[in-house]
Amino acid sequence: MTIRTEPMTVNVGPQHPSTHGVFRVRITFDGEEIVEVEPVFGYLHRGTEKLAEERNYVQIVTLTDRLDYTSSMINNQAYCLAVEKLLGVEPPPRAKYLRTLTAELQRIASHLIAVGFFVQELGALGTPLMYGFRSRERILELFEMLCGARITVSYMRPGGVFADAPREFWPALDRFLSDFPGEFAEMEQLLLENEILMVRTRGVSPLPPEIAVNSSVSGPVLRASGVNWDWRKQEPYDAYDAVEFDVPVGANWDNYDRFWVRMQEVHQSLRIINQCVAQIEPGPVRLDLPLVLRPAAGREAYGRVEASKGELGFYLVSDGGIAPYRCKIRSPSLINLTVIEHLLLGWKLADMIVSLGSVDINMGEVDR
Amino acid sequence: MAIQHVTGPELSELLSAALPDAVAGYDETAVWVHPAQIDAVAARLKDDPALDFRFLNSISAVDFVEYFDLVYHLTSLHRQSCAIVKARVYGRDDLSVPSVYQVWRGADYQEREIWDLMGVHFEGHPNMKRIMLWEGFEGHPLRKDFL
Repeated sequence: MTIRTEPMTVNVGPQHPSTHGVFRVRITFDGEEIVEVEPVFGYLHRGTEKLAEERNYVQIVTLTDRLDYTSSMINNQAYCLAVEKLLGVEPPPRAKYLRTLTAELQRIASHLIAVGFFVQELGALGTPLMYGFRSRERILELFEMLCGARITVSYMRPGGVFADAPREFWPALDRFLSDFPGEFAEMEQLLLENEILMVRTRGVSPLPPEIAVNSSVSGPVLRASGVNWDWRKQEPYDAYDAVEFDVPVGANWDNYDRFWVRMQEVHQSLRIINQCVAQIEPGPVRLDLPLVLRPAAGREAYGRVEASKGELGFYLVSDGGIAPYRCKIRSPSLINLTVIEHLLLGWKLADMIVSLGSVDINMGEVDR
Repeated sequence: MAIQHVTGPELSELLSAALPDAVAGYDETAVWVHPAQIDAVAARLKDDPALDFRFLNSISAVDFVEYFDLVYHLTSLHRQSCAIVKARVYGRDDLSVPSVYQVWRGADYQEREIWDLMGVHFEGHPNMKRIMLWEGFEGHPLRKDFL
């Protein structure tokens, strides 16, 4: 006897608890197997690029906070580097170190969220995520000391940072740096060789390097696919040429490797922070630039950084006015989603949310 | 191991050997190509081992009112180099440029976004629909005349 079957289309999101914001995807299943994937974007589209055309160069820093709101510092950095490229200026050394240091703190915070939610989507409700949030909370407190805000930091400015770190910042950072390795070791002990996690993620949704490169995938997802590419190494900006760190690269290209690469990158970020603390010297933290910047007409610049999600780029075109003529944002979250079909097709419903979590998207950045 | 930027004149020389009609000119940082040939140029940029640009960083469109500039930022992971290719499309209505989707799959969402927000249509893209806004939305919000 044959049972009549037919494919079924299911709508996931935009109000789904595990789609990292307002991501929506229409999925067609044949039984439990995914046969068709259609992502639907735009639920958080705020027109950041248009808004940027109406603000002056310093004001736009506040818009960048709201792109990937789990890594605002790195967004600030990418934008400021682009403006500095446009103006042809370079910030003072202390500012470079402060930027590198805060960007790496932010990367740790962002990876802790990514890993925490990734494991949560495997069904480990609460505990690993809260382990991550415990340490992230302390990073946000450090940010609060620097600039008074926890998420929407706007700490950096074209030509440096908004202000030097207050005196109480350094002892607090020292306390964090001595506590965090132990806290993170607990998390690693819980997760890295966890049998359930390994069985559920090893070999699931592999992404071959050729497809990753052809699809413009960047960041931890690209490195998990075995491609050794990190803009901090290839095109060192700020103080990255003065610090030593390794680039972890995955060998199996699967969900586990994407998780593993992020866990390893946290160690490398710690290394960078420790070197920054050792190397930083007193000095000015901001160039004496005019309040209203007017880059020469016809100039253009593409500034990019290795953000926690991948390559974040700002392409700025100036017409000599006080606002950029065009401010295009190359968002890693959106472009990393290009491979979503490849990751999901042929896999089961239960792996879908996990694979989505392994890409680590942030809708503030996907939709802009 | 810092990355090398391939300048406009160098890129123009490498490209015009194979595609003499495609190159429209060059400036210091970028090479300008005819928009109608952008797909052929893209295939050459990716497949020629002397160029080897297999990674498309980003596609940007800039509205200059009389014309639109399309800017392609490219990287070669093997040769450790990057380059900029530009194409200028004149007019405002019914703009159409060949898609580079078949060369770089990473162009998928970026070309859809340019169509949605800037109104430049990419011929040959298998799913040329609006991406951020809904079907039926009138106008292209990132254009300079959209208020």
